[in-house]
Amino acid sequence: MQKTEQVQYNRAGQRVVSPDYLLFEAPREKQFMTGSEVVKEAVKRASVDASVSYPITPQSEAAHLIGELWVEGYVGVYFRGESEFGVMSEIAGCAMAGARSITTTSGPGTLRAMENFPMWAGSRLPIQLVLMARGVNSPLTIQPDNLEVSFLLDTGCMIWHAETAQELFDMILAGFVVAEQPDVHVPLITVIDGFFISHTREAVMLPPDDIALPPYNPYKSPMVPLDMEMAPGRFLRDPYVMKSNYISYAAHTSWQFEVRAAIERSRPYAKHYLRGLIEEFGDPEGEIVFVASGTAAAQAKEATQMLIHEEGVKARVVRIKTIRPFPAQELIEALRGAKYVFVPEFNVIGWLEREIRRVLYGNLDVPVIGSPRVAGGMTMPPEFIVKEVLQYLGKEVKHVV
Amino acid sequence: MSFKIFKINEDLKEFMPPEIVDLEEKATWGNPKRGVMDLPYSKELIEEHSLCAGCPESAAFRYILASLPNPEDTIIVNSTGCTSLVFPHIALHTVHSLFGNQNAIASGIKRTLEWRFPDKVKDVIVLAGDGATVDIGLDMTLQSFFRQEKITTICFDNEVYANTGGQESGMTVKGHVFKMAPKGKQWDKVPMWQLAIDSGCHYVVRMTVSSPKKVEKVIKQAIYVAREVGPTYIHLYTPCILEIGLNSDDGLEEMRRTDKERFKFFEYMTDEAKEVIQRKKEEGLI
Repeated sequence: MQKTEQVQYNRAGQRVVSPDYLLFEAPREKQFMTGSEVVKEAVKRASVDASVSYPITPQSEAAHLIGELWVEGYVGVYFRGESEFGVMSEIAGCAMAGARSITTTSGPGTLRAMENFPMWAGSRLPIQLVLMARGVNSPLTIQPDNLEVSFLLDTGCMIWHAETAQELFDMILAGFVVAEQPDVHVPLITVIDGFFISHTREAVMLPPDDIALPPYNPYKSPMVPLDMEMAPGRFLRDPYVMKSNYISYAAHTSWQFEVRAAIERSRPYAKHYLRGLIEEFGDPEGEIVFVASGTAAAQAKEATQMLIHEEGVKARVVRIKTIRPFPAQELIEALRGAKYVFVPEFNVIGWLEREIRRVLYGNLDVPVIGSPRVAGGMTMPPEFIVKEVLQYLGKEVKHVV
Repeated sequence: MSFKIFKINEDLKEFMPPEIVDLEEKATWGNPKRGVMDLPYSKELIEEHSLCAGCPESAAFRYILASLPNPEDTIIVNSTGCTSLVFPHIALHTVHSLFGNQNAIASGIKRTLEWRFPDKVKDVIVLAGDGATVDIGLDMTLQSFFRQEKITTICFDNEVYANTGGQESGMTVKGHVFKMAPKGKQWDKVPMWQLAIDSGCHYVVRMTVSSPKKVEKVIKQAIYVAREVGPTYIHLYTPCILEIGLNSDDGLEEMRRTDKERFKFFEYMTDEAKEVIQRKKEEGLI
């Protein structure tokens, strides 16, 4: 029998292509865009069914732009909710009813919405939350700071951290594909550092906008979509909480393990679509190693160049792309031969440093220095990072910061 | 839906529990005229329940589920409290997510189902207690009314946080002594039915569940109006006999008593709602 090729279109009239084609093969054109604008461009190509919005700086513009896509017919459901708690519940309702769903938030909004995130994970909703990190009150701040990520680490959601607007674009598209795998099917929080990425224009390469991801099929979900098109599942008819006995407690325990196991099962998919869970940069022989994510990694790369070319110090960067699942094995391998590990971060507590220490403990004996660390809107110039390293090594500091 | 979702594979039928087989064979599906008069003859959509013996809320649940005009395409959203103990026993798609967010969840579900199934009627109904509806979830309850979400919200008002052991709620009557109000409640019962009117509901009723046929009529009217016009709100008195010191067989008398005072039947409808109700009456559906 002769093979026939069938062209399919989504409800916005875009040609449906495979995720691999969209991410790796489609021709791309150069654009000059902010992070907020690339959110729109990614959502436009993602066959998104629903989005709910709420204003908070710095994510508001991305949320406005998704609204424009709704007007243009690229998004099925869109409205402004009453608060982040309401919004995260409304988008959960959309996902429960079988929608590919995306929303955005920042800083205090993340904390306002907090109770929803473990509920998303426990309900196995593959919602994508684009988190444009900013400071957490009090005192009042709207400036870049990613402290809020530490609160999200154990919610049962996957967490990816993009370094650039380009990576944010690719992560949003890859994110739906990975999160919706039937053996994964948990929420994804796609983090960028607010303002640095959301409000800064940079060159991005975009595929054409008349092609899009295959639409979400809710009937592949491990949980029954709430649309009365399938028989009510056992989980609905007989939830564990209603029986106070050992079996119910054991079942609840295993459900929580299962959510974490689902995040672990995302590894091969994420590895494929993100081209690895970590990125290595700089001198492969580098003894000074920066382990960082997001904008801190971008700054560490600049500092690495300065250390190599201006100071004669062998340095490199191991950039973490996925915080959950955490690339423990990859990190241990990448840090073999390292003399010092520096962890530059945009928050006061150093959540990434904690993660790294936890992973290295008993596996690799290398000093981990949680520095430099800035917060509350402070920037982290590469000269500042270089100075920290040189001071630590007892070398002369020539650069003026 | 396709009615097939409650059809059991013939080869497996002998292994299925009888209550599941009954759902296929004896429940009323595809008949908008179904109602409380079917209760003695048909399989109910609620399988037993885990509430206290004689709890008026359990009666309310049975009447409501018997009155749904479109159970085969009805999604029920609930919240935390005594009501959340009942949902596992309902043979429809139900969801409990958090305490107080029921109208937000329902908004997302309703809008998505309208987008996914433009040619089908899918009713979304919120069933929650007074703590969920009026205290912790008031923001989301009223905001869903402001946004004119096409959902029916039903509040089971027992005037107390019963499931957690009898604490004062916003719906408690002034002066009543409960836990957390050891000197008696210091302020008035929240006039939720009035807030629903002011917030844009098109059909609002306050009543007890002492009269099953009256409950059926109100439920059907509320669902038909929500489908076509906008939000509807039903406020039911379902006393907590345990917390007010009554016996199992006292619930009905308590409701009949309050029928004459603070839960005197009250009904409000907009002109658009009136038109829908009139039309459904002419069609013989109410």
